[in-house]
Amino acid sequence: MLSAHLIAAFDFDLFWSRIVDPSSEFWGALWATIYISVLAQLGGVTLGLASALAGRSRFWPLRFINGIYVTAIRGTPLIVQIFFIYFGAELLLGVTLFPRELDIGVGVIGGAVIAGIIALALNEGAYMSEIIRAGLSSVDEGQMESSISLGMTRRQAMRHIVLPQAARIIVPPLGNQFNNMMKTSSLLAFIGVYELFKDAEQLYSVNFKPVELFAAVAFWYLVLTTIWGIFQAYLERRLDPAGAIDRGPGSFGRLMAKVRPAASIDGGKA
Amino acid sequence: MTSSTGEAGLLAARAGAVTARGVVKRFGSNEVLSGIDLDVGSGEVVCLIGPSGSGKTTLLRCLNQLETIDAGVVEIDGVPLGQKRGEDGALRPAKPKEVAEMRKDIGFVFQRFNLWPQKSALENVTLAPQLVRGAAKQEAEAYGRALLDRVGLADKADAFPAKLSGGQQQRVAIARALAMKPKIMLFDEPTSALDPETVGEVLAVMRELAAEGMTMVVVTHEMGFAREVADRVVMMDGGVVIEQGVPAEFFGNPVEDRTCRFLARVLDTGAAAPPPPPQTGSSDSV
Repeated sequence: MLSAHLIAAFDFDLFWSRIVDPSSEFWGALWATIYISVLAQLGGVTLGLASALAGRSRFWPLRFINGIYVTAIRGTPLIVQIFFIYFGAELLLGVTLFPRELDIGVGVIGGAVIAGIIALALNEGAYMSEIIRAGLSSVDEGQMESSISLGMTRRQAMRHIVLPQAARIIVPPLGNQFNNMMKTSSLLAFIGVYELFKDAEQLYSVNFKPVELFAAVAFWYLVLTTIWGIFQAYLERRLDPAGAIDRGPGSFGRLMAKVRPAASIDGGKA
Repeated sequence: MTSSTGEAGLLAARAGAVTARGVVKRFGSNEVLSGIDLDVGSGEVVCLIGPSGSGKTTLLRCLNQLETIDAGVVEIDGVPLGQKRGEDGALRPAKPKEVAEMRKDIGFVFQRFNLWPQKSALENVTLAPQLVRGAAKQEAEAYGRALLDRVGLADKADAFPAKLSGGQQQRVAIARALAMKPKIMLFDEPTSALDPETVGEVLAVMRELAAEGMTMVVVTHEMGFAREVADRVVMMDGGVVIEQGVPAEFFGNPVEDRTCRFLARVLDTGAAAPPPPPQTGSSDSV
């Protein structure tokens, strides 16, 4: 029987050991995936905010730069951007931007990791730019007007009134982006960064058991994204103290509603 | 700045005067204001009336630099708004910071309230004094609560705008503008977006404010309010001032043909009734 063959072939012990008792290299790889994703996302949000504000500027050169950036990044594959930054920047500038190892005071970090974070952040910034732009334009112009009519500068109004409201709109797609980021960071394996995917790939080249290894990798990515999903739901509630937006239960809430009786959704809210 | 003024002086501590000379405003090729002259004395209440598209809201927005003017000058207590006199005596456009500085003294109440939905009523009232005037939080809150009390919303300090009725929101918006201790209050059709039953509570607050000597410029369709509270009524149409006068004369004995037609149209459905007369087919709103 085919199914019997599959079950016999699946080395369950190996899969299980990769979950309950992974190697010390694994923990290093998991940590790398986490901090690379977080740093790249933070960089992406910062770049995206700057880019979105540039796109709304009164000065056309800023709008132009924003347009070039967003178009170029969104129009080319991420893997190409990663290779371009890691290998290309060096050739282009004629200096070693990303040495094999870099002492940053608190420890030694690989040049590929830095290049990878920069590439992911640059890529993320273009998408965040569009998300933030949409968030900002969703806030009624009257909010800015009422703020400046009280003597606030446009900058104060943006920071205290408009951005917090845009944030409520921005966070759900931002959550999507970060969810994606954690998984997409696996592309850095191709420039030699030792993260979750690379860890599994390394082992697989020795024991030729890709199914078990990549099933375990999938499990760990699922753990990361699930934790993020819970945190995101919390963040959305925090940003909307007035309960002005009725969003319904998030993906996690919907999942739990399937598991438990439907009434538990309202129970959680009350 | 003293904040612990008595009840009577709470709202209008100092009233300012507004002068507009030859104000022109264009949106593209469309000239909305064609040389407006307007004088509002200290403590005076002026109601701007006129058909939709007459430019009255645009004029009001120019008085607070929400719109920049293309020609002419607006002065607050003799100081040009949006322009700064250099050392050589010549006027130059004011920098954004200077414009913000000038706006502190001019309160603006919007047709659609424009309260900040993520902030409570009290936070709406206390944010600007802290950010702009550098008031201490405690001081701002004490004054903010006093203002909310004055507009009859002491018990709603912690409520978010979404939980308030239109009339309550507009009263919070008035308190928010007053919190900056303005010299002048500008109202842009403050009751046009309200349910009929809450119009009265907002007009009552404005009536009190007028009685306390606040300088007010009010764009309104409430002819009853204009007749009763205004010191002067200004009729606009086609971007110019058609006619102005004290309410009794203005409403009792209008001179200009256009004023007569406008008044006939708005008054025959009753002064306080918000819906536009059906036979004209023209909308009452902006």
